[in-house]
Amino acid sequence: MSEAKDILVKFESVQKSYDGETLVVKDFNLEVARGEFVTMLGPSGSGKTTCLMMLAGFEPATHGEIYLDGVPINNVPPHKRGIGMVFQNYALFPHMTVAENLAFPLQVRGMSKSETAEKVLGALDMVRLGGFGDRRPAQLSGGQQQRVAVARALVFRPQLVLMDEPLGALDKNLREEMQYEIKHIHEELQVTMVYVTHDQSEALTMSNRIAVFDDGIVQQLAPPDELYEKPKNAFVAGFIGENNRLYGEVKSIDGDYCQVELEGGGGMVKALCVNVDGVGSRTTLSLRPERVTIGAAEGTSTNYLEGKVEELIYLGDHIRSRVSLSGISDFIVKVPNSHGHVHMKEGDVTKIGWEADDCRALDA
Amino acid sequence: MKKMLKYSALAVAGMAIAGMTTATQAGELNVVSWGGAYTTSQMKAYHQPYTKMTGTKINSIDYSGGLAEMRAQTESGNVTWDVVDVVIADAIVGCDEGMFRPINVDMELAKAPDGTAASKDFLDGTLQSECFVPLIIYSTVFAYRDDAWGGKKPTSMKDVFDLKNFPGKRTLQKSPQNNLEWALLADGVPLNKIYEVLDTDAGKDRAFAKLATIKDQVIWWTVGAVPPQLLADGEAVFGTGYNGRWFSAIAEEKQPFSMLWDGQVLDIDGYVVSAKGKNIEEAMKFLKFSTDTQRLADQAKYISYGPARKSSGPMVAKHAELGIEMGPHMPTKYADQGFLTDFKWWADNSDEMKERFAAWLLQ
Amino acid sequence: MAVDTANNGVVLAADGRPLKESLNRALRKNRMRALMLVAPLLIFVLFAFLIPIIDMTFRSVDNWHVGTLMPKTSAALANWDGKDFPEEPVYAALVADLQAGAKSREIGKVGTRLNYEKSGLRSMITSSARKSKRLKEGPYKAKVMKMHKKWRDLETWHVIKRNAAPYTIGYYLNAMDMKYDKTGEIVMQPENRRIYGKLFGRTFAISMAITIICVVLAYPISYLLATLPLRYSNLLMIFVLLPFWTSLLVRTTAWIAMLQSQGVLNDLFVFFGLVDDANRLQLIHNLTGTIIAMTHILLPFMVLPLYSVMKTIPPTYMRAALSLGANPFVAFVRVYMPQTLSGIGAGSVLVFILSIGYYITPALVGGTGGTLISNQIAYHMQSSLNWGLAGALGAMLLASVLALYFLYNKIVGIDNMRLG
Repeated sequence: MSEAKDILVKFESVQKSYDGETLVVKDFNLEVARGEFVTMLGPSGSGKTTCLMMLAGFEPATHGEIYLDGVPINNVPPHKRGIGMVFQNYALFPHMTVAENLAFPLQVRGMSKSETAEKVLGALDMVRLGGFGDRRPAQLSGGQQQRVAVARALVFRPQLVLMDEPLGALDKNLREEMQYEIKHIHEELQVTMVYVTHDQSEALTMSNRIAVFDDGIVQQLAPPDELYEKPKNAFVAGFIGENNRLYGEVKSIDGDYCQVELEGGGGMVKALCVNVDGVGSRTTLSLRPERVTIGAAEGTSTNYLEGKVEELIYLGDHIRSRVSLSGISDFIVKVPNSHGHVHMKEGDVTKIGWEADDCRALDA
Repeated sequence: MKKMLKYSALAVAGMAIAGMTTATQAGELNVVSWGGAYTTSQMKAYHQPYTKMTGTKINSIDYSGGLAEMRAQTESGNVTWDVVDVVIADAIVGCDEGMFRPINVDMELAKAPDGTAASKDFLDGTLQSECFVPLIIYSTVFAYRDDAWGGKKPTSMKDVFDLKNFPGKRTLQKSPQNNLEWALLADGVPLNKIYEVLDTDAGKDRAFAKLATIKDQVIWWTVGAVPPQLLADGEAVFGTGYNGRWFSAIAEEKQPFSMLWDGQVLDIDGYVVSAKGKNIEEAMKFLKFSTDTQRLADQAKYISYGPARKSSGPMVAKHAELGIEMGPHMPTKYADQGFLTDFKWWADNSDEMKERFAAWLLQ
Repeated sequence: MAVDTANNGVVLAADGRPLKESLNRALRKNRMRALMLVAPLLIFVLFAFLIPIIDMTFRSVDNWHVGTLMPKTSAALANWDGKDFPEEPVYAALVADLQAGAKSREIGKVGTRLNYEKSGLRSMITSSARKSKRLKEGPYKAKVMKMHKKWRDLETWHVIKRNAAPYTIGYYLNAMDMKYDKTGEIVMQPENRRIYGKLFGRTFAISMAITIICVVLAYPISYLLATLPLRYSNLLMIFVLLPFWTSLLVRTTAWIAMLQSQGVLNDLFVFFGLVDDANRLQLIHNLTGTIIAMTHILLPFMVLPLYSVMKTIPPTYMRAALSLGANPFVAFVRVYMPQTLSGIGAGSVLVFILSIGYYITPALVGGTGGTLISNQIAYHMQSSLNWGLAGALGAMLLASVLALYFLYNKIVGIDNMRLG
């Protein structure tokens, strides 16, 4: 990240504890540039929602400082922060119509009636709910409620919008549709968004950058492609996308690469040395299923191992094969259903091969 | 409809009155009374000796007065109360409505030990209803705190209505009965003219007007246990109550109260027998036994109410447990300072007077 | 497919019966089963609630006494024009009725009934019945006139004729502070006997006051209960429910010890110099006492529905309002409060209706200022035995509660009422 970027949000060594004994957020640092879409991704209980609540002002930080547009905001109450927020269950006020919900933030800001009406109509159009102003939230479908919640968070033109698992309650198709819609709104309005989710595909689809949370710590902060292809540790590798793990001991390090002896008698393999403590330490090898070749011919890959095909699942665009090798039985290989791919049968014993660059040696 | 009404009458009245009554079996009697120390005195003086003598078991049932339960039982045709202890006013109404059995006093009750006929032995004016056998004379009477006005002590009803010389709260029963009589008494009407005056419209107005002079200093009570408590707490300086209650407060609890016998209202309490009961024969036997001279005198050993027979009077001795001479605590000793309620006048006028009294309280 | 629509457009089931009939049969079984389940309750409600209410309402118009116990007089009076004293046949009928009534010992009921209308008729009837035994032969007019002075009053005859009818609105007139005058016109009671109108008015005013006080007191407590962690809120809930678990006697004693003029509260006031020792506040045996005690006992009925409604309002609504720029006060008033309206409505209806019917507490601590209409109903049930009047007052109370309920339904909607 270059220094020239216009930083809107900054977390500086933020810690949070509820009970005074354990830290929910251990040492959180994050800078969000103006106009950026940053996602906090992690399993439940990892501290991502707590960070969002601290930014919104609903939870005080135990230690550290949060800046908004360069101003420390620890002592600014939530209603003076000017941050729009979309909640997990939308929190649309059930006793108000859709239009009244949208007008609420404008009314409390003392906006005139005519201007309010105009902005409400604009916001409804933006989320394609033009004729729905007089309905009650309960009369809308889940997706429509979701769009109203987004419109309400945006209608007063906040510089920052927070979203706390906003799509969690929707079914899969609707969720994907909404992902694109939110992404488009983001691009259109150039508003800064901080988004919390535990769904990695959602994070990958929408974000400029993703902060992966685990155990109160950011494990990795990176753009989606980097996160997928260059995970820094075993947690990130396992959390983002599908991932094969092989365990072993580092025998030697040679520049960017190292030799690893696999547990379970698989022999030596060569791997990209990313995050190991040195020779003799235990390591987890991370290997994406689509980067592995099955039935590899001698000389085409850096590493070869012999495996037995346990199960084949036909998935249309690819065939998913479960293979046992080096003492593990859940090694997954994705065989693309391309012209002339290798045909296997369950029970076949075959060579499994991959490149050293695709095999990352990470922390154990 | 009529039949359904009959059955549901019980349910309606049941709202008001607690207590399950069991049907009497042969050799058992259900005797109903007011509970507390009063029932205890009757159990010791009547029930226990009777059971010992005849072997008949007596179920003692408590109630809080009134004719509601009796009327409901009579209407439903299932009368389980055999003998009931009632105030005379209720006895008159119940007798007129046919709930209670007429009693031939001379034929069916015991003579005095000297052979005097029962009708001559009962105190004059106590046999006011043909269904009613008097047991005790009690009185509703004023008492006051000894320490309320330094050394000054009230001596007559006029002092009760004198807020200047005897200031402080008074606690009176929330009922026009007695209060109207006292108001007239305090206003200068002689004892024997009270009901004559009260029977006129001007007299009623006069009574209410006199009562109004102390109205804002009155705490109204409805439960007999309240006035002694209010005096004990210093919440009131004067109070009306049953003389037996005052006796316990003064003699047993040593409260600093004194009685003001002037203007005491004598009242009669006694037994009636259900007209449609299932054990009339047994009930009459019990009635004859419990209202004889000895039994009435025995009861006075346990409670300070005067026996209704002249022949029992001389036999009243000391309190069975406290050893106090009971004579001076009997309302009958001060009968000349008080008067007997005119029950017939109240039977005719209580509906109207109670409505007027309630309206007066609301003003 | 078992459905055949060719049969005159009637859809048939597989066995050829019309589909509707089959469906009904299947549903009837379910309905019967459901009915069996609620039958015990239904029977209980019928006997313990509906029949007594119907009985009470019936008693408020029932007027059997005179017609049944004095049948001859009633018949003889039917053609009386009311302008002057009746003719001889009426007196003959009257004597016959009195003699029969004295023999059956039921004539007192007529006296009781007539005395409600005019004081003094009770003793007129009972004494005349006794004296009638001696009347052997007519003419009776002069003899009857001599028996009691009220027989010489034309109004007496009007009262008897009026009550010879099997039904009456007399009890309702009485309950509305009205009566028949000497000539049978309906007029207001004299000023000094009007009580029921005042009592109804006072009962509604006090109930309204108690309801409002309950809302004001219960709202913050319920909010606290709904937002505190469960272990604390459970403890607090015990305090709220405590009045339910205390016997009436204990509670009353506690109120008296607390509120009387030599009581704890007054002692504290005097100690802190808020009140002069000579002018201690009268907090019990009056209106204040009734309101304090009834608020105390009815508060849980407000707290519970409020609490259960507030419990279902997630904190995100308040957060959402804050994030949209509303300050905490505006957020509370515009977002939180409207969502608790159903709880306020339910609690208010409960408290209001309960306080309208309360009578034990006002009787114990109310003194004169704190008496409510129910105390009068209880009095007529238990003491005066005027069940007809009690029925009329009860029916009017019931009708006004139903009217209120109907009004509430119209304005707020019963569906919006949530008891928990």
